[in-house]
Amino acid sequence: MSAEVATSGLYGLMAEFRGPHEIVAGARLVTEKGYRRVDGYTPYPMEDLSEALELPRSVLPKLVLGGGILGCLLGYGLEYWSAVIAYPLNIGGRPLHSWPSFIVPAFETTILFAAGTAVLGMLALNGLPQPYHPVFNVASFAKASRDGFFLAIEATDPKFDRADTRRFLESLHGVVQVSEIEE
Amino acid sequence: MSQESFVDLSMVRRRLAGSGGRRYWKSLEELAATPGFQNFLEREFPEQASEWSDPSGRREFLRIMGASLALAGLTACTRQPEEKIVPYVKSPEQVVPGRPLFFATSVLDQGFAKGVLVESHLGRPTKIEGNPEHPASLGATDAFGQATILGLYDPDRSKTITNRGEIRTWGAFLTALQPALAAQKALGGAGFRILTETVTSPTLAAQLDALLAQYPAAKWHQYQPVSADNARAGAELAFGEALAAQYRLAEADVILSLEADFLGSGPANVRLIREFSGRRRIEGEHARLNRLYVVEGSPSITGAAADHRLPLRSSEIEGVARAVAAGLGLPVEGADRAHAAWVGPLVKDLRKHGGRSLVLAGESQPAEVHALAHAMNGELGNLGKTVVFTAPVEARPLNQLASLRDLVADMAGGEVALLLVLGGNPVYNAPADLALAAALDQVPLRIHLGLYQDETAERCHWHLAEAHGLESWSDARAFDGSVSIVQPLIAPLYGGKSAHEVLAAFLGFGDRAGYQVVREHWKGLFGADDFEGRWQRAVHDGVVAGSALPEKPVTLASGDWVRPARQARNPGLEIAFRADPTIGDGRFANNGWLQELPKPLTKLTWENAALLSPRLAARLGIAVSSTASGATTDLVELRYAGNALKVPAWIVPGHPEDSVTLHLGYGRRKAGRVGSGLGVNAYALRRSDGLWFGAGLEIRKTGERAILACTQDHWTIEHETQTTKRHLVRSADLAEFERNPHFAREMSEEPPADLSMYPAHTYRGHAWGMTIDLSACVGCNACVVACQSENNIPVVGKDQVARGREMQWIRIDRYYQGGLDNPETHHQPVLCMHCENAPCEVVCPVAATVHSDEGLNDMVYNRCVGTRYCSNNCPYKVRRFNFFLYQDWDTPSLKLMRNPDVTVRSRGVMEKCTYCVQRINQARIDAKNQDRPLRDGEIETACQSVCPARAIVFGDVNDPKSRVTGQKSSPRNYGLLADLNTRPRTSYLASVRNPNPDMPREAGPGAARASLELGSGPDV
Amino acid sequence: MSSANPMDLPGAPILGPGHTLGTVTDKIGDVVLTRKTPRGWLGGFAIAFGLLQLMLLAVVNLLFVGIGVWGVTIPIGWGFDIINFVWWIGIGHAGTLISAILLLMRQEWRMSINRFAEAMTLFAVACAAFYPIFHTGRPWVAAYWLLPYPNTMGLWPNFRSPLIWDVFAVSTYATVSALFWYVGLIPDMATLRDKTGSRLLKVVYGMGALGWRGSIRHWHNYETAYLLLAGLATPLVVSVHTVVSFDFATGLVPGWHATIFPPYFVAGAVYAGFAMVLTLAIPLRWYYRLQDFITMRHLENMAKVMMATGLVVAYGYVIEAFMAWYSGNTYEMFMMKNRMTGPYAVMYWCLILCNVVTPNLLWFKRLRTSIPFLFLVALVVSVGMWLERFVIIVTSLHRDFLPASWGMYAGTKYDWAAFIGTIGLFLTLFFLFVRVLPAISMFEMKTILPGSGAHGSGGEAEKAR
Repeated sequence: MSAEVATSGLYGLMAEFRGPHEIVAGARLVTEKGYRRVDGYTPYPMEDLSEALELPRSVLPKLVLGGGILGCLLGYGLEYWSAVIAYPLNIGGRPLHSWPSFIVPAFETTILFAAGTAVLGMLALNGLPQPYHPVFNVASFAKASRDGFFLAIEATDPKFDRADTRRFLESLHGVVQVSEIEE
Repeated sequence: MSQESFVDLSMVRRRLAGSGGRRYWKSLEELAATPGFQNFLEREFPEQASEWSDPSGRREFLRIMGASLALAGLTACTRQPEEKIVPYVKSPEQVVPGRPLFFATSVLDQGFAKGVLVESHLGRPTKIEGNPEHPASLGATDAFGQATILGLYDPDRSKTITNRGEIRTWGAFLTALQPALAAQKALGGAGFRILTETVTSPTLAAQLDALLAQYPAAKWHQYQPVSADNARAGAELAFGEALAAQYRLAEADVILSLEADFLGSGPANVRLIREFSGRRRIEGEHARLNRLYVVEGSPSITGAAADHRLPLRSSEIEGVARAVAAGLGLPVEGADRAHAAWVGPLVKDLRKHGGRSLVLAGESQPAEVHALAHAMNGELGNLGKTVVFTAPVEARPLNQLASLRDLVADMAGGEVALLLVLGGNPVYNAPADLALAAALDQVPLRIHLGLYQDETAERCHWHLAEAHGLESWSDARAFDGSVSIVQPLIAPLYGGKSAHEVLAAFLGFGDRAGYQVVREHWKGLFGADDFEGRWQRAVHDGVVAGSALPEKPVTLASGDWVRPARQARNPGLEIAFRADPTIGDGRFANNGWLQELPKPLTKLTWENAALLSPRLAARLGIAVSSTASGATTDLVELRYAGNALKVPAWIVPGHPEDSVTLHLGYGRRKAGRVGSGLGVNAYALRRSDGLWFGAGLEIRKTGERAILACTQDHWTIEHETQTTKRHLVRSADLAEFERNPHFAREMSEEPPADLSMYPAHTYRGHAWGMTIDLSACVGCNACVVACQSENNIPVVGKDQVARGREMQWIRIDRYYQGGLDNPETHHQPVLCMHCENAPCEVVCPVAATVHSDEGLNDMVYNRCVGTRYCSNNCPYKVRRFNFFLYQDWDTPSLKLMRNPDVTVRSRGVMEKCTYCVQRINQARIDAKNQDRPLRDGEIETACQSVCPARAIVFGDVNDPKSRVTGQKSSPRNYGLLADLNTRPRTSYLASVRNPNPDMPREAGPGAARASLELGSGPDV
Repeated sequence: MSSANPMDLPGAPILGPGHTLGTVTDKIGDVVLTRKTPRGWLGGFAIAFGLLQLMLLAVVNLLFVGIGVWGVTIPIGWGFDIINFVWWIGIGHAGTLISAILLLMRQEWRMSINRFAEAMTLFAVACAAFYPIFHTGRPWVAAYWLLPYPNTMGLWPNFRSPLIWDVFAVSTYATVSALFWYVGLIPDMATLRDKTGSRLLKVVYGMGALGWRGSIRHWHNYETAYLLLAGLATPLVVSVHTVVSFDFATGLVPGWHATIFPPYFVAGAVYAGFAMVLTLAIPLRWYYRLQDFITMRHLENMAKVMMATGLVVAYGYVIEAFMAWYSGNTYEMFMMKNRMTGPYAVMYWCLILCNVVTPNLLWFKRLRTSIPFLFLVALVVSVGMWLERFVIIVTSLHRDFLPASWGMYAGTKYDWAAFIGTIGLFLTLFFLFVRVLPAISMFEMKTILPGSGAHGSGGEAEKAR
């Protein structure tokens, strides 16, 4: 990662912080400075950091609600259609549309679909699975899943300037080192 | 066809000498029935390897394979007999595939004819129905009659002629017979003996007479373990001549049975049940009930039907009989006053109904008691009214025991050179003290004709495979003497010979077919003019018009019966022998249906036990308990007259205290794969000086335990109190009923129809329903076997029954009421209730059991996955599950037997009563074809049509005029467990009994106390 | 950070002292990544696998001979099969409960046990799932006829049947638990991916991790999803045993037909579940020296939950008996009498001993904090819950409405073989799990490290390094 690397081959700059509180503080400054294409990498979820980076609320809950409603309709629909329309049978003198009995499976399908949406939705929103990502090119990044705290500013950020940004990052408190991320 | 290649040509040549196209097949069958082939068939997985190993074995194997192919061919295509047999009018004259024909014939019960109609599908007899035109049937049959079908197709039946175990041909037999007969000719038959069972067949009798004419010095002996010796002797005592009594129960208001099990057994029991139950039925709210008093030494269904039952040791009954006689003013000695409290009101009751009462004595009672009964009937003016007399029905009435004794003496004395045993199994069922087997071995030439290679066949030089009653021509008399022509429904499956054919051979006509013999005999009787017409009619109706014996006027001769038969009152234990209620004297031992049929009172299956009273059990410390693998009980040792037997003990409420009952018919060594080695052989204890009971029995607990297969949880106090609390069987005395005809309905409240949160389902068109009249039902078991036969229900075997996996679709629950010593017994047939709110249907995950639009609770076998949830949720527990592959898919003959209209169920599916849906559909199709609505009574379920008591009524509950609707409107009508809101379509009519108000109640406090003692005892 | 947590105030800590992000990662990660397999593990696995073979034997015999090899009969149509089904399903409730409900209740002490509790849930459900299929007369069709799938016959399952409800509830439960479990594993597999030296493992765990890189944006959605799953799993876990209880409650058999069933089945399930978690946690923490992560605090809390649910179950028994008497219904009254004094009375009283008497000993802190005693209690409770199902199913069925068709029941050797076989399956899976996956959630443990700053509030960062 020497200075000779062409900007084109640059994904962004990554700063490693000493600890959780340093990275949060750093992130606040970065956002104040107007950087938008910023991402943090931490070994566990950090609410402060998300706030510091002013991330929007996740749309996942709405998706899950939709999934739940769909599951409920499909489940109950199947029961009604099969018992009343497709193959009506007199079972124990009960009416064809025995709604109290039908509630239970419908409830289960609701949960099933909602839960499915939650997981798949989460993966989709996160763009996972994603076997390759430039940040993995940074040697020290392996620590991100152990005890490393990283903040990356991407080259595509309008305010990004290879030299200035690097200087700015190095100026932040608690930064251990700043490295370039190759495409 | 290429079967020739397997046939020994010389044999064929010999065959061709004979006539009849069936012979060719026969030789194949003889080939097929080599012992090797037998176990080849028996083996589930034939291991050919062994056969291939040695050259001789290989040849054998090829022969067998060829034969099996041939046999497969035979069994696959059904063979019509060549002679003309006449279809019954009920059905079209010509065979229409898929439509059964009904042929009238008779099945023999202890030698007496019971008329039946046999349902035949494309030449295969599949089901027995009663013959309404036959006096002994009136359209119903008993369990034995129903099981005849299985007897016909029994794969263990003897299939060949054997000489010392070697397979021989008919021709070879005839050749071997000649010198023996020639020798006897010279002696005038001095060394020639014939042993038969009771013979009522006019043709057979004529043949025997002819034979005896040819061999004047020859003797004809008769023996069967259950005979009518005492009745005959009794008649001779009373009237000075041998007479046959016929009872008119319909005319009798008060009946006293002295150990006469007239409902359970005997040549007329089917008819008598009809007449008896006819007087038990209540139409609407008024009744003309009869009243039954029973004195008996061993609980029977007749005793169970009694209004007043006095359990006494058989030996004490004569004393009571004399007390009654004395009470009626007869000059008798030895009256037993001990039971005055019981006898007194009884006598009054009898007196009050002079001419409309009846006294019967059972075969198990000595001649004197029979004579007393006749005398009492005379005194009461019943003769000619409730009981009439005819000449004996048997062709040659004689004292069979004496006859057998003579035979044994002659054989032991070496006077017998040639013995012909026509049916029967004396080696097994002769009294032990006669030592018949040993004597038999003295006879140089012994010939046995029989359905099985049984104990007797084993000891005879020649065994001739007998043709089954449904395979051969014959004739026989019913209890009243009316003659039936017995016609075959199918050509002999294994080429068996009928007794007629064998006797013909002895008479020198080795190739005479039974058909010719019988026909010629009747030519003689009917006369040449219009013989064909009369013959046709006789065969067609199943009974020869006007052949019943005429009534004989009788006059009482005051005789020896005045003095008692046995003075000595023995204090000790007594043993009582009775024919088994489901396998008779042992002749049905290899019949799986009858083996698995629960005994009416004990509900035991597959074996016999030492039946004893709760008090005796308590004294001996017998403990009965039910476990998952069956009912376990103590093994006791019975010592009687020098012989000993180890028998499982079984407690029977209402059994006389100091007596033990042992049923005959078990302990067979060579009955077949089904019947061999089950139970214990009571004949080993039975003695000629006391065929039915004897004193001096010693009983001892061995300390070993035995497992019995009982279909109903053994008797416990809890069991009974729960029954009463739950109002399962509902009964009342006549007085109570007249006070409150609606007593049954008031015992539980059925929730109103609009109680449900769902709208009630409405049934337009037909709505099938059933009623069962508990007043009429006597628990005879016929319905159970009828259902088994109609619906292809498998037999599962003792172990499975013991685990509670029996398969019968209809069962008869037996409940006691009152004290242990002499309880009131109730029978309740339980089948699928076809609930409108069926609990079983709701819980089935795959909708394998659903309602039809006519309200049937349909079971869809091929949709069922076998979760058994339906059975768990069925409050009536009428569902049956195929835990294993119970059906026999391999045995060819059993395939012939099945009802083609009913699915043969496989492993892992649930099954249950369908209200005989196949019969409903058949009737519906007929009605459609004839473009008319279904008539009420057109559909009869199998259980209904067989019921001698007419207790079951089936029909359309939507039709206000149908009989079933009428029954359901009866005040006695109630639904079993209807308080669960299952809305059963099957309902019961509460039973009403007619006790004598002056009579002391049997179930005294003493009895109650005893029951509590026991209840805590054996209960698990 | 966890001052919001009432359970935090007194008592032992939920994490041993002196741990850093690194040590947590190593301690837990090394259990999996260590090269040579420990002897003890091999031994245990061998035994478990042996038992599993017994199940194979039982199943083959069952398929070839027929369901008759089991003790089931008429009237007792269900025996060991459904007893064990309900038993396993019950055990399978703790995992999701711990992960979901305790998560919603912000019970942070759950974090060190939820991972293997969830795994246990999955394996228990797998064992349970064996029975609904193989208890049928024709498993080869039951396996799919119970599912609603379009077929040429146009046939559909009967949605009124509680067994179909079971199919939906159990399969949903299995799926959701599996998802929940896997989602939790993603970041930890990423950790293992980055930690391991072996190329192969890198690839394997890498696949499992789906390329997780701990981006804060991802964490953001991840946390939402995790919470939503917890929110969904909570009603689900309650519904599953409710539905199982419907198998009985909707039937009309005396002893089944009771409205108390759903709540007391759910309580019973949690009860049994926690017992099983303890049964597994105690040896696990001892063998892998995880005392710092699974502290006395955890064991004690679980003991408390066990006692509480145990009391609810006891209440269920009391109400059952009371209603039987109060209803004045002949069948109900007899059913209760038969339970207490009938042929299976022994079972009933043992059940009372195991499920009512024993848990009350946990009132005493000294007993509650004695590890051998806890282990013993856990085993006793498992037995007790098995007996409960036996009493409910067998003693109710064997003497129902018509005395004429009463019967007796006993499990055959094939019943036992199948049962022990499922235990083998359960242990086998669990052994494999602790060997190849982190038995404790690393990333969640890190959030409760002092000064992790996971949930906002401060605290000195130095501690965390």
